[in-house]
Amino acid sequence: MVRADTFERGVHPHDSKGLTAGNPTQNARLPKRVVIPLSQHIGAPAKAEVSIGDEVKKFQMIGSAPGFVSAPVHASISGKVVAISDFLHPSGRMVQSVVIESDEKDEAIALVDTPDFMALGADEIKTRIKDAGIVGLGGAAFPTNVKLSPPKEKPIDVVILNGAECEPYLTADHRIMVEQPKSIVNGLKLIMKAVGVTKGYIGIEKNKPDAIEAMKKASEGEPGIEVRPLTVKYPQGAEKMLIKAITGREVPGKGGLPMDVGAVVQNVGTALAVYDAVRFGKPLIERIVTVTGKGVKEQKNLMVRIGTLVSEIIKDCGGLSEGAVKVISGGPMMGFAQWDLDVPVVKGTSGILVQSEDEFISTDEYSACIRCGRCIDVCPMGLNPSMISILSEKGRYEETKDYNLFDCFECGSCAFVCPSKRPMVQFVRLAKSQTKPG
Amino acid sequence: MSEENKDKKLIVSVSPHVRDEESVSKIMWSVNFALFPALIASFYYFGPRAMFVTALCIGSSVGFEYIYQRSLNKKISVQDGSAFLTGLLLAMNLPPDLPFYIPIVGSFVAVVIVKQLFGGLGYNVFNPALIGRAFLLIAWTKYMTVWKEPTAAFAALDAKTTATPLGILKEEGISKLIEAFGTKSDLYMSLFTGHRAGSLGETSVIFLLIGALYLLYKKYITWHIPVSFMATVGLLAWAFGGKSGLFSGDPVIHMMSGGLVLGAFFMATDYVTCPTIRKGQIIFGIGCGALTILIRLKGGYPEGVMFAILLMNCFAPLIDRGVKPDLFGAVKKKKGTEEKK
Repeated sequence: MVRADTFERGVHPHDSKGLTAGNPTQNARLPKRVVIPLSQHIGAPAKAEVSIGDEVKKFQMIGSAPGFVSAPVHASISGKVVAISDFLHPSGRMVQSVVIESDEKDEAIALVDTPDFMALGADEIKTRIKDAGIVGLGGAAFPTNVKLSPPKEKPIDVVILNGAECEPYLTADHRIMVEQPKSIVNGLKLIMKAVGVTKGYIGIEKNKPDAIEAMKKASEGEPGIEVRPLTVKYPQGAEKMLIKAITGREVPGKGGLPMDVGAVVQNVGTALAVYDAVRFGKPLIERIVTVTGKGVKEQKNLMVRIGTLVSEIIKDCGGLSEGAVKVISGGPMMGFAQWDLDVPVVKGTSGILVQSEDEFISTDEYSACIRCGRCIDVCPMGLNPSMISILSEKGRYEETKDYNLFDCFECGSCAFVCPSKRPMVQFVRLAKSQTKPG
Repeated sequence: MSEENKDKKLIVSVSPHVRDEESVSKIMWSVNFALFPALIASFYYFGPRAMFVTALCIGSSVGFEYIYQRSLNKKISVQDGSAFLTGLLLAMNLPPDLPFYIPIVGSFVAVVIVKQLFGGLGYNVFNPALIGRAFLLIAWTKYMTVWKEPTAAFAALDAKTTATPLGILKEEGISKLIEAFGTKSDLYMSLFTGHRAGSLGETSVIFLLIGALYLLYKKYITWHIPVSFMATVGLLAWAFGGKSGLFSGDPVIHMMSGGLVLGAFFMATDYVTCPTIRKGQIIFGIGCGALTILIRLKGGYPEGVMFAILLMNCFAPLIDRGVKPDLFGAVKKKKGTEEKK
């Protein structure tokens, strides 16, 4: 019996990872056209550095970061800029985007290899990370270099790589851990150097034994790096839950951050991107996307250029099957349902899930809260979702703050277990939109 | 978008996009199912009359809910099993021998007044079946306190009337109670199997526990309320229930008689009317237990489970306000940060 770390509460959705877990990553077809949003991260949107009609090459910067909390964006294919305008973003918002029409040559600007990458200083590492436009690839898309630059009064002593991938269906992180473990370990070492710590953990849920094995092997002989198997439980991969599971530390409530307990958490995919950026100078122009669900004909793990439209990717996977009813960008617990398939894959897109009729559960006709307390039992943050939803439903938004509304990170565990099928996450978002933190 | 997908209508809804299979009606029907062993036992002990009362309660409860929702143009929800459950629980709380109109009036009070007029499932403050029973007890005290001796035979339609074990205990004391059942172990055995006078479904401890174990196994109820409730009754009965000073009472008699097992596992645990937070549920259970013993030992009724649960129902929202779940990250602040303020 392997020791496994975990946090309190949480839920156990069926992981459904079998659809894609064994499928090696393939390169997606080179898209004819990409729509690259200038804001694919939390923080200030990038500023367009190209104009309509410009010829661009792969890796060329097309949007610069105007502020500290921001990230530049790069061309993912070579071709001609045909539009700079607002386009639909998978989050449902309209975001200014650069549209590039491919010249089908896939010409790249030259990159510089730094074989002696571990000799670089912390500042140089962070600069290269920033220049490459790296953001958190787990979904939240927070600019990575910002996370690696905590204020001096918050000393960091541990870096945790998040390989939990607790969202059902998704296997993108799983695949890269199996396929590129050495690069991930190198990425972790660079991150540790950038924040100046000697202790690094890689947390992986136990339902990925091959990934645990691969990462253990890759980190052999690396002092200070430890692979930690985790209990299979959602939301095990949420930053705060992961820190609790691995170090036992609890990030304080009311807006506390991992750095308050001396931790920095990065997704394994981010670590891989960090290695590619620091070692080869490669900007973030592609990522692994799990295309899955019974609603798509072929389930795959695809290496996709940023900006590729979801409709193209689905075509790449044989198209939608007969009973497809819902297309989700991200995982089933926190992803966004799409109404238009002409949305691009962005840096934070970990998966495209197409649900078929039999995977879909309608929650249109939810009923009153029967106060069964299930949501309270599973809330990883120790909130009372039942009361928050009841108060929000009645329009008593201010009172929801007495129930620590803003500590909710919308993992959806409460909605998952609710026997009345109440739209708990909507109620939380509604209350958050009608009140201010504090 | 590719042409063949252009007309495809996609469903858009907010996360999470997967849900647990549990539903309200699944839970309600499971609780009904869990009550069946005890129900069958009541048919065995109290004969056709018990079946008649049960059918009346369930039929009229479901009927009233349907008529109410139909006449007010509300969504019909009788299929969710909650009206069926109210009827079943009401029946289990009634004596076997009643005029036909009494269960019907009880069902009306439970389903229409206590449940629907408060807004339906999820909004009622009190356990509907218990208010139904409380109303009947006050309105038709005579009928509601006539207990039949269990005959274990369908043939004996004219069974003798008798007092319940708690009635004997209250009026004539423990020695008389033991005498009535033979020896002390005979008494325990009778209480355990349900061969004694009482309400339809409250008598058979063993069959109630079988149903309760099923609910615990399915995680439809947790141990918090039943255990704190039963333990408080046992402890207080032992401490204050004896004639020869403190700690001379018999906790076993108190824990196995009256409606305690039925109440603790099936009525006090009613989601809508008990606290939602586990710590609060323990307080709720202790409160139920203390009130039960207070009524049994000092009150005018031999039995106190019903009033105890109803009284504690009033406090459930208050308990939920006072007790908070353990907030993640609510670690004690370091001294240094406190001083900075």
